[in-house]
Amino acid sequence: MADPMRIRAQAQGDKAVVRVLMSHEMETGQRKDSAGKTIPAWFIQEVTASLNGSPVLTAQWGTAVSKNPFMQFTIRGAKAGDKVSVSWVDNRGDKRTDEATVA
Amino acid sequence: MHTIQLPAVPALVVTACGIIGCASMPSSSELDQQARAAIKASFRDQGIAKVDRLNQDLGQRACSGPTPPSPEVAQRIEADALAGIRWPESGRYLGDWREGEKLAQNGRGLTWTDTSAAPRDNGASCYNCHQIDKKEISFGTIGPSLWNYGKLRGVRDPGDAAAAPILQYTWGKLWNSKAYAACSNMPRFGHMQLLDEDQLRHLMALLLDPKSPVNQ
Amino acid sequence: MRRGLLVRPGAWAMATLLAGAAAQAQKNTADGIAEYRKMLEDGNPADLFEAKGEALWKQKRGPKNASLESCDLGKGPGVVKGAFVELPRYFADTAKVQDLESRLVSCMQALQGFDGAAIAGTPFGRGEQDNVTALATYVAAASRGLRFSLPQGHPEERRLYEVGKRVFYFRGGPYDFSCASCHGEDGKRIRLQDLPNLTKNPGDGVGFAAWPAYRVSNGQMWGMQLRLNDCYRQQRFPYPGFGSEVTVALGVYMGVNAKGAESIAPAIKR
Repeated sequence: MADPMRIRAQAQGDKAVVRVLMSHEMETGQRKDSAGKTIPAWFIQEVTASLNGSPVLTAQWGTAVSKNPFMQFTIRGAKAGDKVSVSWVDNRGDKRTDEATVA
Repeated sequence: MHTIQLPAVPALVVTACGIIGCASMPSSSELDQQARAAIKASFRDQGIAKVDRLNQDLGQRACSGPTPPSPEVAQRIEADALAGIRWPESGRYLGDWREGEKLAQNGRGLTWTDTSAAPRDNGASCYNCHQIDKKEISFGTIGPSLWNYGKLRGVRDPGDAAAAPILQYTWGKLWNSKAYAACSNMPRFGHMQLLDEDQLRHLMALLLDPKSPVNQ
Repeated sequence: MRRGLLVRPGAWAMATLLAGAAAQAQKNTADGIAEYRKMLEDGNPADLFEAKGEALWKQKRGPKNASLESCDLGKGPGVVKGAFVELPRYFADTAKVQDLESRLVSCMQALQGFDGAAIAGTPFGRGEQDNVTALATYVAAASRGLRFSLPQGHPEERRLYEVGKRVFYFRGGPYDFSCASCHGEDGKRIRLQDLPNLTKNPGDGVGFAAWPAYRVSNGQMWGMQLRLNDCYRQQRFPYPGFGSEVTVALGVYMGVNAKGAESIAPAIKR
């Protein structure tokens, strides 16, 4: 499995702010190596997040997203102790899922 | 039975350590030698960057410190540098300022990730340290601004005899900056064969050609 | 297909801010870059390296199948918090002054059975060298907010400060550069990059106090060893060995000069 994400979820009133840092090369497929060969595209295509098992977010990403991407979003109705899970799948079929508890 | 208080002991210990510490600290010239030995042992060849680059000439050695060398040594460095300047062929000082601007923007060359040490593959890196054309906002402040360089020095016609001293000084400064300031931060573009005469002429034009954007 | 590009809302605003900032570069370059860094604070990818480093610290690895948890970084075996701001320092077991990265390699050799010389000879970003960077990030993070206080009680520590000072001012190579050429004066910059004066304390979170750092421009995590390495590359010097005396001496010189400065490592850089 790929390197772990860092997820922090902070309760703020009736919402929770979730901050996710993902570890991924996010190659656009446009770069060339020093030998002149194109480095193949390798990037996260889909991101999903769920709260206590129910999906709250789906995103389709492309090559415009940078290396080691950072994502922040807010979940309404989340409270301290709830489980937030974030998953991603990339164009090679690699995937990663990590969890955090709302603090 | 009294226990003897020795409040003075800590001070004594400190002084003793101070004395021992001072005694065990090498002299300044020993430290100079140790630093040179450390440098020799710490670097290795990589690509075109060889360890012989660490051999210092008189000027480099004299200027390797927080305080400048004595006036006598400084003068000797400057005189040697001035004497070694190669003046341009057939007295032609100016090239194409457009090429000069490209060279001034180009910061490449001579690192261990560069593949060739030939002058034609080097840039002059001028904007790293200087403001030159005001249109370029990404400029450094290690050296003075060169905006309006020729204009400020009254160079309206570079062919005019009156302009000759400025042309000579500028060429000399580019060729070997140390001819005018022994410990100048500026690289010696001609003397160290970083750039060739044509490239220097292009830089001269950037600074001194009345048509150069620098002099508008 | 609706593409929900959920990057942080600040990203586009930031792009505009940078474009605007460029037009007034001279006045607020430093402010602009500081603002850019503030916006990225939450999402500093250095956190990923810190997490990796923490895992490596605790994991049993190497021929001896041991963790690094009893590694002495200067404050006693296993004490990580506060160690970073007292390095480089003298270590009795190796009888020399060591910086963070060379000390980590010593521990990897002594405790885990790795070949220290082989790690030192591995290029940055590869193999165990990559792990050293992650470990250094973890150790530095444990001292975030603390102030530099390198010991100078041992003669070797004092000697290396003096050696470091001389190395700092050593002019050489085809450009006649020394560290002081760029870092010897206040208020200078190279292109638009501000240059801290490293002959004295340049302030909180600047210079020695800002590395290890994640460099956004190339997506790499750089410790002080790589920072010095790349400095020498740009000075047109030959290649400084990893953990060599020159690099450690410079760390002592800069670190002692930075006494009292607050460490913000691991930081984020453009």
